[in-house]
Amino acid sequence: MMRTPSSVRPRPNRQRRSVILTVVMVVFVIYSLLPLAWLVVSSTKTQKSLLSSFGLAFSGPFAFFDNVQQTLTHDNGIFLQWFGNTLVYVVVGAGGATLLAALGGYGLAKFSFPGKRIVFAVILGAIAIPGTALAVPTFLMFSQLGLTNTMWAVIIPSLVSPFGLYLIWVYASEAVPTELLEAARMDGAGEIRTFFTISLRLLAPGVATVGLFAIVATWNNYFLPLIMLSNPDLYPLTIGLQLWNSQGAGIGAQPIFNLVITGALLTILPILLAFLLMQRYWQSGLSAGSVKQ
Amino acid sequence: MSSIALRADTRERTATRRPRRRWTGLWFLVPFLAVFVVTILAPVVYAVGLSLFRNRLVGGDSFVGFDNYIQAFSDPKFLEGLLRVCVFLFIQVPIMLVLALIAALAIDSRRLAGAAFYRVAVFVPYAVPGVVAVLMWSFLYSDRYGLAGNLNDFLGFDFLKPFTTEWILPSIGNIVTWEFVGYNMLIFYAALRTVPEELYEAAAIDGAGPLRVVWSIKLPALRGAIVIATIFSIIGSFQLFNEPNILAGSAPGVITTYFTPNMYAYNLSFVGQQANYAATLAIIMGVVTAVIAYIVQARGARQEVR
Repeated sequence: MMRTPSSVRPRPNRQRRSVILTVVMVVFVIYSLLPLAWLVVSSTKTQKSLLSSFGLAFSGPFAFFDNVQQTLTHDNGIFLQWFGNTLVYVVVGAGGATLLAALGGYGLAKFSFPGKRIVFAVILGAIAIPGTALAVPTFLMFSQLGLTNTMWAVIIPSLVSPFGLYLIWVYASEAVPTELLEAARMDGAGEIRTFFTISLRLLAPGVATVGLFAIVATWNNYFLPLIMLSNPDLYPLTIGLQLWNSQGAGIGAQPIFNLVITGALLTILPILLAFLLMQRYWQSGLSAGSVKQ
Repeated sequence: MSSIALRADTRERTATRRPRRRWTGLWFLVPFLAVFVVTILAPVVYAVGLSLFRNRLVGGDSFVGFDNYIQAFSDPKFLEGLLRVCVFLFIQVPIMLVLALIAALAIDSRRLAGAAFYRVAVFVPYAVPGVVAVLMWSFLYSDRYGLAGNLNDFLGFDFLKPFTTEWILPSIGNIVTWEFVGYNMLIFYAALRTVPEELYEAAAIDGAGPLRVVWSIKLPALRGAIVIATIFSIIGSFQLFNEPNILAGSAPGVITTYFTPNMYAYNLSFVGQQANYAATLAIIMGVVTAVIAYIVQARGARQEVR
């Protein structure tokens, strides 16, 4: 009796817009987007007008395409080299991390085996270990093995995502019905084949979430390549941009801030696009993960 | 967290009666574990080993027991950095999490037009690489050609001095807040979405106002998410490195080589060639972080039981 009016007509006070909340959120959005707006505006300026004009107003000659061209060709096109390196780190590092987390999380969720509890405790403990605390010992170890200053030095540590494993594990215990796996076994399908043909599809939103966050982590990686690499030809974009930026700081140096700014814009565009295009996946995957904390 | 493990265990026990599959699950984990051993366990063990030795100019490596640890706790540079990240932790993290909470509650309130837009816009900075974020903000902070300079010119005096000793920690705090407020907002928002609709309907029937709904329904539902976000923020604060290290170029003399424990460890091993002492600091920071994260988690779990 009570339910009828509310289901026919939405409760009026739910629909009322709040002016205060709107103002609060507009302030939030301005804060979040202001530096990006500054970046876009600044990427249209020459080095000279960059230093002499108000940051959020277009000024001087429109030099955006000129800046892009200079960014891509400066120092024999090293920016494109850094871009290519970053792609390698992301595809191999983040791709590998996602695959390992998916396999492992599924193994933890859908099978029991001796020592499972220990494995679980060790991995959860590892989430609490700060990644940068490990970086220095990892560097010292890798230099003993002769791995430093190679691409592997950046790729191997990014292959492990304890949190990704945890997320897939939580997701898999809900999303993959054990009865389905039983049925596949009855039909004589091998466990690996079952994983790739049946389970992986059911895990897709969780895998997409872990994958996207692994992509961000590797695309944005700074500390690890900073300590592992000394050859600029192996740098990812982040270290390369920092190198360009520091070139302007020395005495008598020729600052190339317009290239730093345009390079920064070119660096964030792909990752922003990836996030916006894959919104539906990662948002549903993230809510699934948070349900089960 | 462990309650899920228990539940998952009992459920699978019935499904795994045949001994043939006893080890199958482990095989799925083998690739992960292999890399895990190489990149996490081995460095930890190696670092513990390093921390027990000391390299002397004469005589090479010698075993010194816990001397490096004793040295660390009386090292004014390390203690200064540790104190600094603690100050940062106790001021920046609450501000950021409260802002994230406000944003999440506002977006979930159903009183906003275009809530999806706000959600994405506030989250966008998380996708911006930390290096780019710091570069952008250091341009904005510049009193020569940045917005801080524009504002100071407008006011006629130096109101904002982001690169001075007094201002540098708030300047870093602002960058970190900008980078992660959206990420935390999303964690909170995701938790709010799991509140069953019937609870809101019941509250409306009982005549509960919006603040009462927030206090009695939404905040309890957020408890787990708040614990998780707090733990991640603590880990992040203790690891503070990227932002001060990149800003150091714009603020010479203000950001020292031992500004945070992590910067200190980095500079010790790469500039000072003191690998043993650097490993000691890394271990101390790892233990401190793990202990605090554990305390936060245990407190959060206890409140849930109550």
